[in-house]
Order: sequence, then C-alpha cells, then structure tokens
Amino acid sequence: MDWIPNFLLPFFYAVTMIVAVMTIAGYSVLAERKVSGWIQHRVGPNRTALPIVGSIPIIGPFLTKLGIFQPLADGLKFLFKEDIMPGHVRKGYYFAAPIIALVPALTTMVVLPFGQYVDADGVTQPLVLANVDIGILFILAVSSLGVYGIVLAGWSANSKYPFLGGIRSSAQMVSYELAMGLSILPVFMWAAAPGADYGLSLYGVVRSQDGLWLGIWQPISAMIFLIAVFAESNRLPFDMAESETDLVGGFHTEYGSFKFGLFFVAEYAHIVIGSAVFVLLFMGGWNFLPFVASPWPDGVIGAVLSVLWFLFKIFAMIFFFIWVRWTLPRFRYDQVMRLGWNILLPLAVGNLIFNALLIAIHDRL
Amino acid sequence: MAKTKVLERKPLSLAERTYLPQIASGLKTTLGNMLKPNVTLQYPEERPVIPENYRGVPTLVRDPEGREKCVSCQLCEFVCPPKAIRITPGEISEGSDTEHVEKAPEEFEINMLRCIYCGLCQEVCPEEAIFLQDIFSVSGYSREEMINKKDKLYELGGTLPDRHRKWDKKKAAEINGPAHH
Repeated sequence: MDWIPNFLLPFFYAVTMIVAVMTIAGYSVLAERKVSGWIQHRVGPNRTALPIVGSIPIIGPFLTKLGIFQPLADGLKFLFKEDIMPGHVRKGYYFAAPIIALVPALTTMVVLPFGQYVDADGVTQPLVLANVDIGILFILAVSSLGVYGIVLAGWSANSKYPFLGGIRSSAQMVSYELAMGLSILPVFMWAAAPGADYGLSLYGVVRSQDGLWLGIWQPISAMIFLIAVFAESNRLPFDMAESETDLVGGFHTEYGSFKFGLFFVAEYAHIVIGSAVFVLLFMGGWNFLPFVASPWPDGVIGAVLSVLWFLFKIFAMIFFFIWVRWTLPRFRYDQVMRLGWNILLPLAVGNLIFNALLIAIHDRL
Repeated sequence: MAKTKVLERKPLSLAERTYLPQIASGLKTTLGNMLKPNVTLQYPEERPVIPENYRGVPTLVRDPEGREKCVSCQLCEFVCPPKAIRITPGEISEGSDTEHVEKAPEEFEINMLRCIYCGLCQEVCPEEAIFLQDIFSVSGYSREEMINKKDKLYELGGTLPDRHRKWDKKKAAEINGPAHH
C-alpha cells in the first residue's frame, strides 16, 4: 500500500475496520433472520434480488435464496423512511441518543486484535488498529458508555414505556458490568503474571493461549463472562430494555426510520464486539486449536488465514447468540437482578479468590 | 368424590438449580428443530398438489367431441345458495348436428364475488356439465372482471371424459327405434 501517504494510513485502516465491522453487523441481522427461520421451520428472507447480480444464472438465484441482498434492502428501507419526530420528545437528547448508542460500540474495535502477521524477520506482530497495553480496560470502559444511549433514549422519549425500558436496562447493565469485570480478572492474573511480556493487552491474552485455551481451564470465568456479555448486549434472555411484549419495544418505542436503524446496528455491533472479546479471552483468538497455535505459513497468507479463522470463531459465537435467543424465554426483571447480584457476583468474587490462592500456592512450589 | 393423590414435589437438585443442564437440553431441542427439513412450499413457483374432487372454481366443460354439455336447464341457477349463477337460455338452431338437444345457454355467468364454492351446482347438474375444478386462486381489478362469462367458463373447464354419452344414445334411439321392447 505504498500509494497511500503515511499520515493517511491510519485513516485507511480505520475506515476498513469500520466497514468490516458494520458489514458483519449488517449480515448478523441477516443471520438472525435466517437462523430464526430455520429454528422455527421457516426459510427466512429469500426473495430480495439485485437487478444485475441476481440474474446471473446459477449464482444469482442461489445468493437470492440465501438472502444475501436482504441487508441492503433493510438499510435502504431505514434510510428512505419518513423521519417522524413525536412532538413530546426532548429534541436534543432525542437526536443524540442513537449516536451515543452507536459510537461506543464502534469505538471498542480500535483495540481489538484480529490476527497476527509473521514478518520477514520472523517477528510476530498483531493485526490491530491500536495495540494498547490496557486493551481490556479500554473495552470495559468504553462499551459501558453504550448504556447512556439507551438511558437517554428512554428518558428523552418522554413517555412511560421507553422510560421503563431505559431504567431497566441501565440497572441491568450496571449490575452485570461488575460480574463481567470480576470474571476476567483471574484470566489476566494468569496471562499477565509478573515478568510476562504483556500487560492487559488483548494480544497478550491470545499469545498466552498457545497451549490450552482459557475457556477450558477457566470455565467459571468463561461462563460468567458469557452470561454478562448476553446481559450487556441486551440479548434474550436479558432483553429487559426492549421487552417486546410488556414494553412495546422499550427504549426505542418513539424512534423510527434511520434513528431506529442506528440503535439496531449498535445492538448488533455490540454482539459482534462481545463475541470478538469472548473469542479473544476464552477461545484462543486466532489460534487454530488447543495446542496447535498456528499451523499456517508465515507471511501474508498466514495472516489472512489467521484473520479468517478468527472471523469463523466470531461467526460461531454470533450463531450461538441467536441459537440461545430461540431457546430461552426472557427473565423477569427481579430474576435478572437476583441472578446478577446474588449469584454471578459472589461466584465471580469466589472464583477470583480461588485463583488468587491457586497462584499463591503455585508460586510457593 | 374422586380420590386425589397429592404428589410430593421434590426440591430441585443442585444441577437443576443452576439451570445449565436444562439450558443445554433446550439448546439441543432447538438445534434438532433447526436441522429438520422444512416443509415450506415456495408458493408462486411451487404449487400444491390438488387432490381429486377438490372444490375450486366452478367451470363449464365440453364433451370429448368438443360439444357444449350444458342444456341451460337452469337447475344450477335455482339451487345456487348465494345466487351467483345467471343463465340466459338459448335455442339450438334447426339443422344443427345437436338439434335434438334443443337448448344451450346463450349466456352463462358465474359471479365469483358471490360464489361460495359449495359445489351444489355440480351436484345438481343432470348433464354433468358444470364442475368445480382445481383453480383455487382468483383475482381481478374490478367487479366486472370477477364475473366469469361463458367463454371464460369453457376455457377454464376444458374437456372431461364422458361415460354416458346421453345425447348420442338418444339420437341413435331416434333413428333405430327404441332399444328394448
């Protein structure tokens, strides 16, 4: 990429990353509709066709049947709908809320490593926009800002159902953030031991999983983190904020057209980022299999393969999110709170203490 | 009074209280459902198999020689519960091949906005000239369009085999004299 001046390179990478994440988010909407259909013995979207691509003999109908063009139609629909603004909303906050919901979701991807590149000198380098040492702290800090979008949306809508949705989701997110943060502490206690090369960087966590993946020997951490990710991304069985049945859509009841589209994309971006973080922390990132870290060759091919393998794991996680959605009913609000405060939080603290003791014993030996 | 037995409700075991085994079995169920073949019919491209004796749109049929079977007796018009059928009877001109049938409909209208697909017209027809066949989807842009005229009815009905050949037998009997004495 010599044709791009050096100072523009970061912009180029950033734009590429945003496009990639947004595309994955868009297609996870499609995956949601398709997998939902399959689980319910339907076929899902299979009619939308592009004029020229859709009429290529065999590929066109095949792609149409898969619904590949559906996200384009969905996006265009959101874009061209009439933008209705109810008279009773607080205008400034009403406009700001979707943006505040989307921006943190997209910001977290800055520190997400997505592959590794072994250069000509045999040095392994991470593929990441910013390989900061405090990667996981950055993600925890920024992604929890996403709740402001929902709270502001619920409040600025100035009607009772969105307000209830906003209240519920803020309570839920605050509760599960604690358990989430505590659940990953043991991971970093093991991965970033004194004398290790990496601090809290996500790249270091992946490197430390050359052998056994953390999800296998830290199952309690992995489980608490997974449940917390479900709660943080407002997915079923934790979709308190939306509660289709009792809150008629919750915080985004008063939103329509592209502002609703932004919330929608933010929700799926959260799922993508959450899946990515879970894969990085517990499922070995781009490492091929436990104890088989990277069987691919050095150089560009190996880098591409590692990225593809990482993406495959993310897609598997997204599939799991959708799969759980159609398996479990929604919790009641008090059940969510009880699970968060009475079970997950003590379990995370206990897990932390247990691992601390384990490390202490390990160091004495 | 019936004897009732109160079942003891056992407390949940530890595994049940974590819900995790239950969630796993639930996931198995949904995955099993996902992998089952689905039964969706891609409707406009794929059509359902219409069973015999299906009561679709009523149509007029011709006999294997292509002659009109309806003799405009108007029984169907009288029996039709929603009064969807209107027949204008006409005469068959002298010198025609089927002169001895005497009557044929000049106009035959079935109003598909009124028709209830009951099949009484088919049941009552002494000539087996009107059949409810396999057409099940009817649409149009105006009320006039929804009234099937005689041409349309014959076009939809086509030709069906005729086991009795009633009018051929009658003609033969006229020429040869009665069959039995």
